[in-house]
Amino acid sequence: MVDFITGHYAYWFTLSLLCVGLYGIIFKRNLVKKVIGLAIFQASVVLFFVSIASKWDATVTVIDKNIPVEQVESYLNPLPHTLMLTAIVVGVATLGVAFTLLIAIYNRYGTLDEQELLEKIQ
Amino acid sequence: MIETHLPAIIALTFVLFALLIPLFGLWKEQLCQPLAVLGSGLATTFSLLAFITYLQTGSIRYFFGGWEPPIGIEFVYDGLSGFILIVINSVAFLALIYAKKPGRMEFQGKELAYYALAMLMMLGFNGMVLTGDLFNLYVFLEISSLSSYALISIGNKPAPFAAFRYLIVGTAGGTLYLLGVGFLYTNTGTLNIIDMSAMLPMLVDNSSVVTALILMVVGIGVKAAIFPLHGWLPDSYTYASTPSSTLIAPIGTKVAAYILFRIMLYLFGIDLTDAVFPLSYIVGVFACIGIIYGSVMAIAQTEMKRMLAYSSVSQIGYIIMGLSLANPFGFAGALLHVLNHAVMKACLFMITGNLRYKEGHSNISLFNDSYRIKYPWTMASFSVAAISMVGLPPLAGFFSKWYLVLGTIDNSNWIFLAVIIVSSLLNAVYFFRILEKVYMKNPDAEQQPDTAVEIKYDDVSPSMMSPMAILAVGLFVIGFANAAIVGFLLGIFPM
Amino acid sequence: MRSKHHSPIVLLGARLLSPYIMVFGWYVIFHGHYSPGGGFQGGALLAASILLIRVSGGRIISRMQLQEYLNTPLAIIGVFIYFLTGITAMLAGGYFLDYGQLPIPGMEPYWLRYTGILIIEVGIGLTVMAILVMIYDNMVKGEDYG
Repeated sequence: MVDFITGHYAYWFTLSLLCVGLYGIIFKRNLVKKVIGLAIFQASVVLFFVSIASKWDATVTVIDKNIPVEQVESYLNPLPHTLMLTAIVVGVATLGVAFTLLIAIYNRYGTLDEQELLEKIQ
Repeated sequence: MIETHLPAIIALTFVLFALLIPLFGLWKEQLCQPLAVLGSGLATTFSLLAFITYLQTGSIRYFFGGWEPPIGIEFVYDGLSGFILIVINSVAFLALIYAKKPGRMEFQGKELAYYALAMLMMLGFNGMVLTGDLFNLYVFLEISSLSSYALISIGNKPAPFAAFRYLIVGTAGGTLYLLGVGFLYTNTGTLNIIDMSAMLPMLVDNSSVVTALILMVVGIGVKAAIFPLHGWLPDSYTYASTPSSTLIAPIGTKVAAYILFRIMLYLFGIDLTDAVFPLSYIVGVFACIGIIYGSVMAIAQTEMKRMLAYSSVSQIGYIIMGLSLANPFGFAGALLHVLNHAVMKACLFMITGNLRYKEGHSNISLFNDSYRIKYPWTMASFSVAAISMVGLPPLAGFFSKWYLVLGTIDNSNWIFLAVIIVSSLLNAVYFFRILEKVYMKNPDAEQQPDTAVEIKYDDVSPSMMSPMAILAVGLFVIGFANAAIVGFLLGIFPM
Repeated sequence: MRSKHHSPIVLLGARLLSPYIMVFGWYVIFHGHYSPGGGFQGGALLAASILLIRVSGGRIISRMQLQEYLNTPLAIIGVFIYFLTGITAMLAGGYFLDYGQLPIPGMEPYWLRYTGILIIEVGIGLTVMAILVMIYDNMVKGEDYG
């Protein structure tokens, strides 16, 4: 039972960040806070991918003169890191679009609170 | 020589024109729309060429950078992706031809941004259909989603808020899909769809693989607007501008439904999908609830665009129900309904755009029978599209529902059969009431004297009418040629 | 950002730092293909060096560094570099982005792949810098500060 908690702490971190992000998206009324929750949600998935790439006693994926390339258990798995580079850029682009939409909403309605916006649209 | 490169050329055409449109548009504003039409026309031509090559030689696998899978990323052009490519590229071509005059009226001055975003969105959709790598699918999914958020926000006053809600829900769905891909990568060590489908039968009772399947279905289900996850759709399609609705509505949810086909039938296979618990049956039940919910909510609407949005929720339910049946007739019926619904919904949104362009509104309670004289061709196309949506022969809509019914009878799913029949009757209610308002004189209205305003023929210009007419005639053509199409679809059923 | 008089201390610090950040950004781009770094990271650093002046100095001073209308052409040039490299590889007989077929004379295939990745990283860095600066410029377009 103890090993279930302490042996998998990377997954517990991922799960808690995911829950914090979902809480922000659903329960916060201000639209900017929803966007921050979305960013935390995406960061949790990045953390998950990076955590599955790790190995015991492994070094970064840069060729070291002392360690031959064929000895793969001394190098980290580079594929999830590469995938997460792209995923981080996608997250940045999503934040850019989200904030531009928020500026357009603010210029048209004057408020960024979800309840007031729903009343003004109806 | 060019045939081996065709899968990449289809996607690269959109990249090239997405770069040329800002370049020429900063010089001269009027060049944007012709360049966009040229780009999507070239892509449609290449899709047809690739389809003819596929019929002669078989699937094309294209390895980017020369690296073979499982190391490299590949594009796979097989029967299913070829069929969907022709549908989305030709509908986009007609929608971009249509977009000239309504675009000038509704978003004057932002045309460069609109057409460049439309090219990027079509790049995303084409990439999603063609790719054979799970992470590459996520990248193209986000490209098309970000472009569609921006396209929806170019509209009237509530449009940015509807686009923002779509952004939050859509990005959360894409991130859940990415988490599912992560689980699958941890278990199998590869991201290639063909390689992974060979490894998955050995891992069937691993709980993380089952979780990955559920995460991917839920994540893509957000983009496909399956019943509890459809909340973004009515607001987004209603408040977007007319050319945006005509471009996004027929294509967006269909590509997400195609991804569900890939995941549930090709990657996992129907035996694995149902191995731990009957996931396909649960998805089918949600699809049926969505069909009834969409039809009932559409009857309650007074604004035509909102009614068409709820109707889209209902029609995507048919496609997902056909997927959940997992037998050849259900598969063929669902894919034929993808084709039919893309054509019908594009035609209906174009008709709504015509009415908004001429009258300034599309409120159903203000329709009267002068439309019959003022817009005869628009109303004729509406009659064709409405009859096809309800499902009467010889139009295209009848045949897709017919094959879906045959699929439910094969599975002895009598509840699904009843849902199809009841929802067709509900479709008839909300479409035929418009036909009644337009074509039949209201007996309770006062006898108007010969009014000073003379009602005469005032239909829209050729650039707006010809795509609509082509789509309406296309419904007849699909109806008559459906035997050939269904024969092809039955042949590509994966088992 | 909202006060009428800009703080000269902040502006001096930003002006001192910005060229060094830019050099470091180019260093990260050029070392991306065999050590940590690459197009995205270097592009973000380049954008940071430009945004530092825009945030601390206002519009008139930042126009001396990079004009606002140059963003779109820079982004298009960056993507064109990527696209043209791929098309050149395709025309020379390989698949798209198959750097081993690039027609640069006198290089063996593995040096060709090395150079091909370097070229597209430069393109990606330019595009990322232009887009990030463009996002900021669009956000402050309506503000009137000076």
